[in-house]
Amino acid sequence: MAIEILMPALSPTMEEGKLAKWLVKEGDTVASGDVIAEIETDKATMEFEAVDEGVVGKILIAEGTENVKVNTAIAIMVEDGESADAMPAAAAPTESAPVTAAPAVVAAAAPVAPKVDTTPDWPEGTEIKQQTVREALRDAMAEEMRRDSTVYLMGEEVAEYQGAYKISQGLLDEFGAKRIIDTPITEHGFAGIATGSAFAGLRPIVEFMTFNFAMQAIDHIINSAAKTLYMSGGQMGAPMVFRGPNGAAARVGAQHSQDYAAWYAQIPGLKVVMPYSASDAKGLLKTAIRDNNPVIFLENEILYGRSFDVPVMDDFTVPFGKARIWREGSDVTIVSFGIGMTYALEAADKLAADGISAEVIDLRTLRPIDYDTVIASVMKTNRCVTVEEGFPVASIGNHLSAVIMERAFDYLDAPVLNCTGKDVPMPYAANLEKHALITTDEVVATVKKVTYR
Amino acid sequence: MAAKKSASQPNVSAEELKTYYREMLLIRRFEEKAGQLYGMGLIGGFCHLYIGQEAVVVGLEAASEEGDKRITSYRDHGHMLACGMDPNGVMAELTGREGGYSKGKGGSMHMFSKEKHFYGGHGIVAAQVPLGAGLAFADKYLENGRVTFTYFGDGAANQGQVYETFNMAALWKLPVIFVIENNQYAMGTSQVRSTSSPDIYTRGAAFGIPGEAVDGMSVLAVKEAGEKAVAHCRSGKGPYILEVKTYRYRGHSMSDPAKYRTREEVQKMREERDPIENIRSMLLTGGHATEDDLKAIDKEIKEVVNASAEFAKVSPEPALEELWTDIYA
Repeated sequence: MAIEILMPALSPTMEEGKLAKWLVKEGDTVASGDVIAEIETDKATMEFEAVDEGVVGKILIAEGTENVKVNTAIAIMVEDGESADAMPAAAAPTESAPVTAAPAVVAAAAPVAPKVDTTPDWPEGTEIKQQTVREALRDAMAEEMRRDSTVYLMGEEVAEYQGAYKISQGLLDEFGAKRIIDTPITEHGFAGIATGSAFAGLRPIVEFMTFNFAMQAIDHIINSAAKTLYMSGGQMGAPMVFRGPNGAAARVGAQHSQDYAAWYAQIPGLKVVMPYSASDAKGLLKTAIRDNNPVIFLENEILYGRSFDVPVMDDFTVPFGKARIWREGSDVTIVSFGIGMTYALEAADKLAADGISAEVIDLRTLRPIDYDTVIASVMKTNRCVTVEEGFPVASIGNHLSAVIMERAFDYLDAPVLNCTGKDVPMPYAANLEKHALITTDEVVATVKKVTYR
Repeated sequence: MAAKKSASQPNVSAEELKTYYREMLLIRRFEEKAGQLYGMGLIGGFCHLYIGQEAVVVGLEAASEEGDKRITSYRDHGHMLACGMDPNGVMAELTGREGGYSKGKGGSMHMFSKEKHFYGGHGIVAAQVPLGAGLAFADKYLENGRVTFTYFGDGAANQGQVYETFNMAALWKLPVIFVIENNQYAMGTSQVRSTSSPDIYTRGAAFGIPGEAVDGMSVLAVKEAGEKAVAHCRSGKGPYILEVKTYRYRGHSMSDPAKYRTREEVQKMREERDPIENIRSMLLTGGHATEDDLKAIDKEIKEVVNASAEFAKVSPEPALEELWTDIYA
């Protein structure tokens, strides 16, 4: 049977090319794999091999012809003894089906205040104890490891040293070396191993001594852990937690002082958590360990030793995507997360003394973000300031500003302003470092700008 | 090729030989068809063909047991067919259709099958090496006696994460077989120009991991080496390295004009070392099969491959809603 040989696409972007040279002539016998022509693509000159064996019956496109469209018949192959004339006239290249239009962007929501979930994190009357963030994180891991034997902790100095920041103190004693695993200093490698083990059904907690070192592992966090569920059509993913201190500590210089919140929050497939208080550290870490997706859990070294109210409950968890209103107010909304909450709450105290009533919202999770709580608050106060420690360009605050503009533009009495770290690598000198970070006074001054005081 | 000779007189049945012939031929014909569909514009993006390397996966699959895992790079079609994944599902993924293994959302480089214990399909060179060790980590943790075949190329062997993984795999005695498919070219850079020592398998020695070179054009040699490696891993002795010296006939990807080697080099390999021809002549000269028997197999394979191409053309494109699914579990 005669077979048409079509102009091949020889690169991902090729639509047409030059038939540079025929290496066979009519009547030649070719075998599968023989080079029959040279074709110039947009990238290079490629050899074009025969797929089927047979005899070149007719050459339809002469060599030297330029702009030959992909899928145009360029020759006809026949079986020995068959005539090429039996072939119907070469068909025009088939047009590919038109690309279906992407779904239209969802129409802007009508500007009504969204309903907000304001249920408290724990029932009224629950016994409360004071606990540090450090202890809360350890308790969260221990409780989840008791619940689920597939949960394990891996990282540098997590076992025998009891944690570089003592977060895993006591865990080796309780769970043994099979589940509390000291790694060599090899972030890229152990992040990959942990991700592979999650594909196969385990629930690893990977501790990075700091998130600065996770830069060595970021390919596995994003390309392997976050994208596999999608790339596998839902067949397998990576239920795991990457956790450790993030952001500036004190006087440790540029390479050890960076806030990665906005980086990870950009990635579909990841969930991103950044707790401020001890109860959130505990409740959110337990939720993170149970989550079936890769979760980035950003802690803060300075907060580790701070004490907060923590409920005494058998199984206390905090859901993702639910912000916490720490302080209600009517004149301005201050939105923050992680250590930024320290400045936000201090600023609110100072502002109250000046007669400005600030509502302070802790986002707690950055993917998903509880937009509704922010929007409802801005519709009430008509002003918003965001506070975070990260760099100013493409910050979480920038993103919130855009969302507020989309959803509550008519409610704004002033531009949304973002308080961020300065656009500089972290300096070592004490005075410069202080200046590079956000301060409570900056938050106060920014709120005064949007309230025109 | 400095690879070791295969066992002098392999003890292998005619049926086994025919099975290897059939499985290797399926990969070859499937890949030729994929190349053809690429040329027709039905397959887009990158498409890395496995032609020439068929004996590697077929030999190692013959050494595996049900439940063992495998993971590889973006040159993954052969591995999927060899572990029993459905050619229709693989081809339909290549054409980006709903019937593909990843519903069309993964493409040539990203396919998975939980059922067949195939863990991808990874596009970042060498990322699958720690991931594969992680699969083995899970098997050891769960004490299920399984081993993992972690495939990577001679190019990937120069990535740092490979050695981070060797260290931990040896330290923790993970049941993982590192299969270095040395096809002699890292994209367009020959091994001589990129790799300081000719024998990559010896690099395991620094970590106490045993390794050996294997003739990757002989399915029987690969199978024999694979059985040895599997026995080592399954007995709890930790990882093993097989450097399988093989050759890819086609370019790195479909858009590679392959100007870094001579046509004669490729032709010589095809004529003298072809793994399928090798088994074919064993079958014929040993009187295990007639030309007609083999023709029947050829026909059967052609039908399977044509059916997969047909399926990959008629399977619809994924529904637009699929854009938004499988992001979170």
